[in-house]
Amino acid sequence: MAIEKTYAEINEKIKSGRAVVLTAEEIISLVDEKGISEAAKSVDVVTTGTFGAMCSSGVFLNFGHAKPRIRMQKVWLNGVQAYSGIASVDAYLGATELPEDDPCNNNYPGEFLYGGGHVIQDLVAGKSLHLKATSYGTDCYPRREIETAVTLDDINEATLFNPRNAYQNYNCAVNLSNRTIYTYLGMLKPHLGNAHYSSAGQLSPLLNDPYFMTIGIGTKIFLGGGIGYVAWNGTQNFPEIQKDAAGKDYGPAGATLSVVGDLKQMDANWLVGTSMLGYGASLTVGLGIPIPILNEEVMRCVAVADKDLYAPVVDYSKAFSQRIPGNLGFVSYAALKSGKITVNGREIPTAPLSSYPRARQIANILKNWIRQGDFLLTEPVKQLPSYKNNISAKALTIG
Amino acid sequence: MPRKKIILRFGKDIADRPIIYRLVKDYDLIINILKANVDQNKEGVMVLELTGDNCDPGLEYLKEQGVTVQPLAEEVFRNEEKCTSCGACTDICPSGALYIERPSMEVKFNSDNCIVCQICLKVCPVKAMEVRF
Repeated sequence: MAIEKTYAEINEKIKSGRAVVLTAEEIISLVDEKGISEAAKSVDVVTTGTFGAMCSSGVFLNFGHAKPRIRMQKVWLNGVQAYSGIASVDAYLGATELPEDDPCNNNYPGEFLYGGGHVIQDLVAGKSLHLKATSYGTDCYPRREIETAVTLDDINEATLFNPRNAYQNYNCAVNLSNRTIYTYLGMLKPHLGNAHYSSAGQLSPLLNDPYFMTIGIGTKIFLGGGIGYVAWNGTQNFPEIQKDAAGKDYGPAGATLSVVGDLKQMDANWLVGTSMLGYGASLTVGLGIPIPILNEEVMRCVAVADKDLYAPVVDYSKAFSQRIPGNLGFVSYAALKSGKITVNGREIPTAPLSSYPRARQIANILKNWIRQGDFLLTEPVKQLPSYKNNISAKALTIG
Repeated sequence: MPRKKIILRFGKDIADRPIIYRLVKDYDLIINILKANVDQNKEGVMVLELTGDNCDPGLEYLKEQGVTVQPLAEEVFRNEEKCTSCGACTDICPSGALYIERPSMEVKFNSDNCIVCQICLKVCPVKAMEVRF
């Protein structure tokens, strides 16, 4: 008989401390041993995790009102500007924003030692930040300038709102040119000198629910060390099944999530300011999603292992920047994690950019929260689109 | 056995002499070349690890030959609290001092193999690598 469990049934088991929870890494050997049906019967929740640079991250802030009031037309925190073209004393600080005096790539490759992501980490860590704001005066908001110190405790709201996180899969980047290049996937040595990838593979949230059978709007997640929610699909959300020129299937890619959560209950260990040499500043985000085992089909998806998951190998010296379609083939995450892959007949060393040990830690923390009965699962209020919706990327045309 | 890490600077007048060979042959020293470079002016820099009982006489010999000898005082450290074990440094580190332990995928740092080139300080996304003097 087919196995069917509801969210309510699984939550009852969580509340009574009887829920069986495993990580997406642990479930692989269990399914190998017992098979899909038996595993689906005995396991209630599988937890996932990922810890990588997620540039499309930021925080909505409300600073509270000074006496006399200022509208805050322009806002800086530790010299990094936050967008304040919204209501008075509201601002959005983006992870990749740089101080106006940053030399950027004028001394190539630029170091980008401090940016929006670092400000967010300092804020979460409870550090005192220098707040500067300027404005034109109005009758109701007469003040034109303010400089003061603020901490996370001092301000009204700090809501992490990341428009594009948790990339389902990602390119494996190489460099075919004859010079070293500096990309958002790290330093790439010339003539296929190395290959960088950035995914937790078998632990990655959206590779474990590739068809969005359980993850949807309202799903409760681990975000930045605290609790967050899936707010919407991410920007550039183009879920697809990867295929090579011959039509061979290489599994899911392309989906993204938009996530939200209260920064005040997050932790600086899981929101880390990041500097990519020659590229820019960012924020490394810890994110984990629990997957309720509603049926055997969900179990089949979470049982996926690194050997079954593939990344396309893309040349970042030309193909990426010039938007030349195609790739140099697909490589499995098992091969990528072995430290060596073969591209164009050459064996080249690989390195990850997202931390697999931290991803595993997130999946384990989430597992413990659920086991302790503290963390119940939420049924999505709306499903997210999947590859079946055939959403394709639009290009920006010039002229 | 005594062990020393040193930086040697060779002027162009001596860059063509088999000086390191003498350290092995005459002073019975185990040498480990961590870094070696001869620039376009034919001036050379070498970072060397010496092991053996005759380290001091060997260093005296180098000085007699006109080699500038300087102890390798800089050391690279990893801030364990900051490092997230992402791995971005592991294929950039030229000496294998930074590497991934499998299957845990934890990043390890073996300072014995570090040649203090300091490229890890630049490529580390979370600035977990530090140099101390």
